[in-house]
Amino acid sequence: MFFLKWDFSVQAELIEKINREQTRDKPLADFRVGDTVKVHVRLKEGDKERIQVFTGTVIARDGSGPGETFTVRRISYGEGVERVFPVNSPSIAKLEVARRGKVRRAKLYYLRKVSGRKARIKEKL
Amino acid sequence: MTQIFDDRGQQVPVTVLEAGPCTVIQRKRRDREGYDAVQLGFGERPLQRLNKPMRGHCGRTRKNGFRVLREVRLDEGEDIGEGETLTVEIFSDVAFVDVTGLSKGRGFQGVVKRYGMGGGRGSHGSMTHRRVGAIGQCAMPSRVFKNKKMPGRTGHRRVTVQNLRVVGVRREDNAILVKGAVPGPNGGLVMIREAVKRRAGNK
Repeated sequence: MFFLKWDFSVQAELIEKINREQTRDKPLADFRVGDTVKVHVRLKEGDKERIQVFTGTVIARDGSGPGETFTVRRISYGEGVERVFPVNSPSIAKLEVARRGKVRRAKLYYLRKVSGRKARIKEKL
Repeated sequence: MTQIFDDRGQQVPVTVLEAGPCTVIQRKRRDREGYDAVQLGFGERPLQRLNKPMRGHCGRTRKNGFRVLREVRLDEGEDIGEGETLTVEIFSDVAFVDVTGLSKGRGFQGVVKRYGMGGGRGSHGSMTHRRVGAIGQCAMPSRVFKNKKMPGRTGHRRVTVQNLRVVGVRREDNAILVKGAVPGPNGGLVMIREAVKRRAGNK
């Protein structure tokens, strides 16, 4: 079996089309860096499906198009935990914004170094 | 390249390849040409854009000409007749493919980029930074061995990437999605074949 490939501008269109199919039709939620969110993650265990909620602060949003991601940080049993989620992944069932944060930068990586009172984020009203 | 999500919601990097339709222009036979092969035509080109010998050749089966002609050997027992058309569908039950193409030309490159040699010290009085270093011994053998890795033209050679997983076959777009990268620039021409090492019969 064999075949030939040809990439043209036609192909750019095809990639666009595939990207559109891979991107959510409706935006996940209107959320920003600094917000506290509840991410509902679909977990497959055997043939059963279960939903787990990961709650934390959005500290970064990266990329664009189908590969866009966001990073959520939470403190779990005194240990900082970060998870990176692809915005368009079908395994994210739902995203709720629990609290809107008022922040002045796009990436909140400084939160990794601070704790307690310094790690607070003001609420945007 | 782009990416898609698999059924577990994981991201998979994929290359989108436009595959076919390819028409069999000529069937070469063991008793006539000495071996079994098909000549495939891909990409349309109007007949008036071809020179006369090509026009005659392409016109054997079709009303229009082709941009590319490539010959592919047939396996024992495989047979496809002249005028038949191959589409992406032949990959619909194939799990792995090999992709062959011309890699991107890199021009004249030194040995660090070309073969990944370490190069010399950056500082501390070192005077060899990205040089080849020694290329051999002294009076014995008093020559440089053949195939010594040295600077030169890099890339733009035939490369085959084996065992790329087929992630999807899109009939309506004549496209096949394979996991991972493929030789050559965007828009380059490649040949896709069922993976030699993953065929039925092989482990």
